[in-house]
Formats: sequence, C-alpha cells, structure tokens
Amino acid sequence: MATFFGEVVSVYSRAVEEDDEEELEEPEEDEEIRRELEERREVRLQWSADVGEMLSSGAARLPCSHLILAVGSNAARFLSVFVLHSANWDSVGHAAFWNEMTQTASGQAGPEAGCVFYRNKDSPSVLICQMTSYIAEDQLFQWTEKVFGCLQQRALNVTVLCDSPVAEYKSPDYVSSSSVPFLRSLQTSACSGTGPRSGTAPCPPLEQPNIVTGLPAAVLSYCQVHHIPAIAYQCYSDVISPDSITMETYKPVLTRLGKVIQLEPLPNADVLRKFVTAADCRSNLYI
Amino acid sequence: MFVAAENTQPCFKGFTLILPAVAVGNVGQLAVDLIVSTLSMRRVGYIHTDCLIPMAGNNPYASSAEDAQELHTAAEVYTEAEMKLAVLQIRAPIIQTKSRKFRKLLVSWIKASGFSRTVVLSSSHAYQRDDQQLQSDPLRYLLTPALQKLCGDALKELGWKEMERVAAFPGLTDTSAEPRLYIPGGGITKGLFTDSCAEELPLAVVLLFCSEGDNIPDSFTLLNHLNDWLHLQAKPSQEANKWKIPSSWRLLFGSGIPPALF
Repeated sequence: MATFFGEVVSVYSRAVEEDDEEELEEPEEDEEIRRELEERREVRLQWSADVGEMLSSGAARLPCSHLILAVGSNAARFLSVFVLHSANWDSVGHAAFWNEMTQTASGQAGPEAGCVFYRNKDSPSVLICQMTSYIAEDQLFQWTEKVFGCLQQRALNVTVLCDSPVAEYKSPDYVSSSSVPFLRSLQTSACSGTGPRSGTAPCPPLEQPNIVTGLPAAVLSYCQVHHIPAIAYQCYSDVISPDSITMETYKPVLTRLGKVIQLEPLPNADVLRKFVTAADCRSNLYI
Repeated sequence: MFVAAENTQPCFKGFTLILPAVAVGNVGQLAVDLIVSTLSMRRVGYIHTDCLIPMAGNNPYASSAEDAQELHTAAEVYTEAEMKLAVLQIRAPIIQTKSRKFRKLLVSWIKASGFSRTVVLSSSHAYQRDDQQLQSDPLRYLLTPALQKLCGDALKELGWKEMERVAAFPGLTDTSAEPRLYIPGGGITKGLFTDSCAEELPLAVVLLFCSEGDNIPDSFTLLNHLNDWLHLQAKPSQEANKWKIPSSWRLLFGSGIPPALF
C-alpha cells in the first residue's frame, strides 16, 4: 500500500494466499537454492572451550538450575546494568544466526553478538541469556530446541524478562501514561502447582486477550510441553530505547530470585550511560 | 508432533476431529473457539511443531478468576469423551515455507490417531466467487472419496451444496482444461483436502465465503450449519443463540477510549 507521501508500507492482513505454485514440481536448482537459504538461516550455538568440552563428552548436558532469559533492549540492558557488571559473570557462549534483519552475513561474534550466555562464577548452575537482536519467526523453534537441548532439565527453572510496547496492551480501561511502565506475568502449568514460586508473584497475570509472542512465547511453549517451570514477565513500556525507568520495573522480579542472583541496589551509572546515550536520537534540527 | 498434556496418552479411536484452517477472517478458528467454550472441552495435548509461529497466553476460555491463570499455546487438542469429539485449535499462522510440512504432519497424526472422520472448518474470499457461486448461499462442503461413501447421502439430504470446480480459464471455451478446485484465501484447505484424498482419509471440508472484518457473525453461520450435520448441540440452533462466546473475544477492536476525549 502506498501512503500519501508515497512510501510503501506493508499492510497486515489475515487473508491467506493460496500458493498454487507450490503444488508444482520445482526444478532441482530451485530446491538447491531453497536448501542453501535454509542452511544459512540455521541457529548455531558456540560455547566457550570448557563448556564445549563438557557438552561434547558423551551425552552430558550443562548443569542448570536457573536460566534467566532477557529479550529486548530494556530487559537485556537491565541485566547489564544491575547484575552482569559485577564481574561475577563469565561469558560462556553465544548463538549465531542470520536473517533479513542482521547486518553481517556471519552474524557478530564474541561479546557483541545479539545473543550471549553468561554463567555465574560462584554458582555455575545459574545462566543468563541476553537476546538483543531480532530473531525471525522460523528460527524461534530451532533456538529453543538447541538451547534447551544443551541444558539439564531436571531441576531447571526458567525466568523470561521481555519488553513490549504499551500500544499492544489491551485493556477495557484506558491505560494512562502515568501507569506505564508495568509488568504482567505468564507462567507454565509446572509453575502454578505448589512450588515455592506460586502465590507470591510480584505482578498481576497477563489478562486475556493479551498474548506473548516471539522468543518468550517459544520458550514458554517449550517449557509448557516439557513440564519445565517457567515464568515470563512482560514489561509494557512507552519508551522503545533503553531507559532507566523501564529497567527499574524488572527489579521486583529479581529481588524474588535474591538467593540466586545478586542484584546491585543501584544501577551502574557508567554502564547505563553507555547504553542510554548510544540510543539517543541524534537530530540535526536544533544544532 | 502431538504431545500429551498428562502422562497418559489419550485415545482418539473412533473420535470425530474438528480442526480449523487458518484462512480469511479466521472464521474456522472462531468457530472452533465456540465449540471448545460451549462444550467446556478438556485440553488433552499440544501440537508442538516448528511449522507454527509461537504464541502463548493465559486461558482463553476462562470463566472465573480461578481458572484464568493457565498457559495456552499455539496449537492444542481438546476432547469431549462422551460425544467422542476431539478438536484441534490452531491459534497462530503457519510459517509460509513450512505449510507443506505442516499438512504432512497433520495427515500422519490424523492417520495414526484413528479418528473416524475429520472436519476442516474453512473460509474463502467472497470476492473471488464466480457467477454461479454468487447466486446461492455462501456455504459449501467437500468430501474425500473415503467419507463420501459414509455420509455423502446424509449431506445431500440436508440440502448442502458441494464446492463447485471452477473453470481454469473463465470465459474461454477450452474443453481441454479441466475445471479445478479453487479455494482462494483458504490457506492449507485445498492442500489438506487433496492430501487426504490421496491418503484415503475420511475428511470433510465445510467452508464459508466471507470477507475480512468482524467475522464473528460468519463463525456463527458456519457453526450453525455444521451443527445441522454433527448435532454438537441438541437444541435447534435457530432458537436463541446457544453458543458460548469465550472470554478471550473481548476487546476485538482495541482498548478502552481515553476519558479525556469527552
């Protein structure tokens, strides 16, 4: 659809096109291209030397009691500012994947990658995963299968922190700007039993018809099907870039995980500045 | 892949399976929502697959605050044992490149589970009807040869109309081109139907021509039509509306209005 200014925007439609071409036999060449494209979109996990060694020795899996997954810039940066800077964390690996939104073909490697895993030095069964880059819809399932395939699932607890624009939040009452940012939670059936987590949620449950999509949904679905206790905390915010007020919203979640993760009472100003200024909008209108 | 919700594998032998095709206006999915919610069906498992876009939410059929907090996923199977009825609800779009794989998965699961018959609820673009389709009511059905033997006559007696095969090149009187099955906007409907014909599955497609918009009335039309055949509800559907709208249908057109507007 072209707008008044002539730019072309894609329109969301619930109509489904019937792809007649698909029924036809496709030439071998096309199939090869398709296969190559699929290979290129594969999610690859790269672990550090010691973890990689552990995983490759037989059918061993990484011992893990808590996996804390942060999806989106605010959730991920919250962990950077309040938890990860304490030097108590080792980067143990990252997930590399390519899709139409990633800039380089190989995907960035090292600590700058879009999806990094950290392990606690004192209690190595606590893992943090920060996901800041876009992961495509067809890569979500693969990601969960591969990551959870590396973890011991017997005593695993999963916590997901994720961002969402408040415009997507549906409520019968008008959501005034003074009430954002706020948290909503969604937990798997394995959680809602008589575990230590039940009953003391730091926020209300996500109301229907609101849903969770993307990586948090993929992780919750995996955990629901495999009976793993998992809770997702979705933060609805009206700021899209990393912002200290939105980050503060996640604090009550981690204070509940107090024994597992040491939360710094105050944000690290240097780290915070780095992320907040990087996202500053640089306009040349009022030089 | 079907994953049971509890430790015991449910038995679907002899059950009727109803599933939606993700199609124009989501009419099939809305109708399936009404069935699950009206019959208070029990969730027995999930279809856990990479072919669907993941989504998760709290209980879409919650009737009170107690049962509201229960995680539900993109594709789930519900049953009503007394009626020998199973329902597969699909809540997310199929990943485009994986629709063929998804059809294969469905067909093999249906085959392995031993359902006595399968009913696909679907819809098709109303604007793409040809002249003859325009002149009658918007409901159509399709039966695979395996099911034709079993209930072809019953549907004829009900006065149902079979989906017409349309000319491949309308306007041309080329006798060599065979009329074809054409379900624009029907998603996997046609593929699933042809696969089921090849696999000799007893499968029916019940579809409605519609346009996108508020498709809730369309879902009632489709479901009342289906009820004439399957008798999901004992009461005649022409009386007061007996279908129970699930709580998740609230706020279809967005949030409340800012009070400062007035």
